[in-house]
Amino acid sequence: MSNLARRPGLLRWLFVAPALVYMAAFFGYPLIRNVLMSFQHYTPTTYFTGEAPFNGLANWRAVLADPLFTDALWHTALFTAGSLLGQFTIGLALAVFFSRRFRLSGVVRAVLLLPWLVPMVVSAVVWRRILDQEHGVLNAALQALGLSDGGVPWLSSPSVALLSAVLVNIWIGVPFNMVILYGGLQEIPRELYEAAALDGASPWRAFRSVTLPLLRPVITVVLVLGFMSTVKILDLILALTAGGPADATQTLGTVTYQLSFLRLDFGQGAVVGNVLVLISAVFAVLYLRANRADFGQGK
Amino acid sequence: MDPSRIRRLRSAWNTAAALLILAVLLFPVYWMLNTALQPASGIAVSWFPTAPSLDSFGQALASQGRSMLTSLAVALGAVAVCLALAAPAAYGLAQSALRGGRSVVFTTLLTQMVPGIVIANALYSAYAELGLVNSYLGLILADASLGLPFSIVLLRAFMVSLPGEVVEAALVDGANRFTAFVRIVLPMSRNALITAGLFTFLFAWSDFMFALTLNTTDDVKPVTLGIYQFVGAHVSDWGAVMATAVLSAVPAAVLLVVAQKYIAAGIAGGSVK
Repeated sequence: MSNLARRPGLLRWLFVAPALVYMAAFFGYPLIRNVLMSFQHYTPTTYFTGEAPFNGLANWRAVLADPLFTDALWHTALFTAGSLLGQFTIGLALAVFFSRRFRLSGVVRAVLLLPWLVPMVVSAVVWRRILDQEHGVLNAALQALGLSDGGVPWLSSPSVALLSAVLVNIWIGVPFNMVILYGGLQEIPRELYEAAALDGASPWRAFRSVTLPLLRPVITVVLVLGFMSTVKILDLILALTAGGPADATQTLGTVTYQLSFLRLDFGQGAVVGNVLVLISAVFAVLYLRANRADFGQGK
Repeated sequence: MDPSRIRRLRSAWNTAAALLILAVLLFPVYWMLNTALQPASGIAVSWFPTAPSLDSFGQALASQGRSMLTSLAVALGAVAVCLALAAPAAYGLAQSALRGGRSVVFTTLLTQMVPGIVIANALYSAYAELGLVNSYLGLILADASLGLPFSIVLLRAFMVSLPGEVVEAALVDGANRFTAFVRIVLPMSRNALITAGLFTFLFAWSDFMFALTLNTTDDVKPVTLGIYQFVGAHVSDWGAVMATAVLSAVPAAVLLVVAQKYIAAGIAGGSVK
């Protein structure tokens, strides 16, 4: 102890060390191991024999040549773009609305968080029932209102299923967007709006010239965090459509899962996983740039 | 009309609009509850539970009760592991004198971006070699990763704002740095610890992917996995499925009521800072 007491820097590192070891094991090691696995030949017997010989680029060639991979890439892009657009637009509109002062504002805002706090698999299961073509309440409501005569095949038609998954994911993500954007809005000084009003600016003009520019750092953070959690989507799709019908909702996440844990070809699964990491890494850079201002101030 | 009346009228309109938004966005939650309360209705579920029955909840507990206990044990374990790692780390990183500390915080932020399925892919191989597949310990350790980066960032942001003099005073009185951390820093960080713990509990309770990939038998089956298999096996009994869904949403609802202010602050603080 006396030796350590003379070197406070080392002692402080002892506080950090356990977390560092853990992060190396549960984040660093998987990243490296995935790269190695993508060059190894895994078969269903690998975990009995312990043999996974290196096979060069065979996994990469097989995955990249598979039309399912290209489809999954495309679906992931559509799913992510659609989800973010919907979540952000609705979240921002709600954040602006709840910034007004009225009774019950705080309570309603808090209760709106519920969809985000419920386990995603559970939400997906509930939605699966709501969107059921024959017995779902959504089709029943549409028919009652005269908006649709036959049932809409929300989850059973390959051309609609991805859209349905996007709608459900928008529903899940709106509260998160709302809370963060609401927090950002409260940081904007009220005097700026009063000054804009004095200058005769319309509310829309004030929104565009005051709100949006000042909210930009928060917008970047919310979009990047939304991107990171959406691009790897797995829970929602598995419980809602299991990637179907006819692979219409397969994403990079579900394909990784299928290749590794259903086909037990962990090598090919690792290839898709690495592609996912690569995409995330690009956006991680954006995230850190958005955060850099914060760190510069030593916060 | 005088201005105060206009203001009151406008407030009433806004409240009405807010309640309408709430009704639309929370309809799925209502429908989950509504379906769970109408077990006998079979396929045709009516709009309101006019003759509510708790039969479905009985069935849900009978088939998924054990999974709920598993979820509880795993989530509590994950909270313990996560806080035991995050609290000292956050304290260490909150010291401005720590050289290299800033790059550790950067790395912590980066780990949040590693897709879970990538972790699971490699972790399964490692777990198979270590005999951790189908074990509580294995799932608890994996689930702790869901809350760790968030907890470190949140706790560090809080500990940076603690007055350093208090700790220094204790050190002068002869306490060593570890004692000062346990006796002074931890009690002062109570609120931040509660927030980090609540979120880690929710993340671990909600975990589906590690439960799905790191278990090959039913020995360790959390409720998220239970409801997933439930839906796959016999979809005829939607009342019981929805009752399970309601029960698995209870922790979220309880936390929303009990710890409302922590949750909003936690989401904003953990993600923006």
